[in-house]
Amino acid sequence: MADVPSYLSPTGQEIVFLLLGVVAVGAALLVVTTRQLVHAALWLVVCLGALAGGYLVLTAEFVAWVQVLIYVGAVVVLLLFGLMLTRAPIGRAADLDSRNRPVAAVVATATAVVLVTVVVDGFRTAYAPLEPGGGSAREIGSSVFRTWVLPFEVLSVLLLAALVGAIVLSRTDIRGRR
Amino acid sequence: MHVVYPAVVSALLFSIGVYGVLARRNTILVLMSVELMLNAVNLNLVVFDVWLRDRLHSGQVLTLFVIVIAAAEVGLGLAIVLGLYRNRATVDLDRLRALAESPDPPAETPTGSPSGGPRKGAAGQTARAAVVTAPTHPPGRDDPPEVTP
Repeated sequence: MADVPSYLSPTGQEIVFLLLGVVAVGAALLVVTTRQLVHAALWLVVCLGALAGGYLVLTAEFVAWVQVLIYVGAVVVLLLFGLMLTRAPIGRAADLDSRNRPVAAVVATATAVVLVTVVVDGFRTAYAPLEPGGGSAREIGSSVFRTWVLPFEVLSVLLLAALVGAIVLSRTDIRGRR
Repeated sequence: MHVVYPAVVSALLFSIGVYGVLARRNTILVLMSVELMLNAVNLNLVVFDVWLRDRLHSGQVLTLFVIVIAAAEVGLGLAIVLGLYRNRATVDLDRLRALAESPDPPAETPTGSPSGGPRKGAAGQTARAAVVTAPTHPPGRDDPPEVTP
């Protein structure tokens, strides 16, 4: 690939994506290091929202809106409900990190170093020109309901099973057979 | 768009998720870290879909599938965490050691052992039997959360 543009003159899309990436990574760092439980969920909203913006920059519009709807809308609310129902302490809690925190930091740093090295080495010359329309609802919808219709239906059954399982698990008046 | 930028962001997010899963003590924070790792995978799928110009849109469709599976996983995970909180009154991972093997073999026979007594050199087997029988006798609400001797 000889027609790869230089890294020294980033386009506007790349600058926007990098800013969103910095926001996402910073918010993710705060999610795993903050001392307040509820703030972790709220920083998770920031991280997922920045990722949704990144999907928009990458022309994956439909995925971006699904991300906003399901992740920011549903999953984080569910996590907040979980925090509330387990009576999480509001305010600073001292014991949110377990004892193996240094080991975790070492493992995570090693993972980051290995992954970033491999990725930079492998995809240094890869360039993806962005053309709008590739990830619109029309394209994704026709792809889902033509090629991927069987996995889609199987996934709907899986989701139903998971929700029934969640109801059975969380109700206390359903007893197992003794 | 250079593919390296999203790929590096994704790798960093994944590493942060790994750190969160390993270092956090609250179960719901661990679930949040798992969400971070899943999102890193999603970003990778989207960027490689855009790079390869897949006509089937495999990457983006798989991203949607991963999002749906993550929603199901969070629902089930929170149901399990709530059940745990009802039974043990804690969601700290460090204190949920009922399924862990004790570092030294227990001196006396566990009371729930199905066989009469441990055979010679079967200390590991009795420990495993205790592990197997542990979840069938969950402690009630009033029991102390620590069950390890």
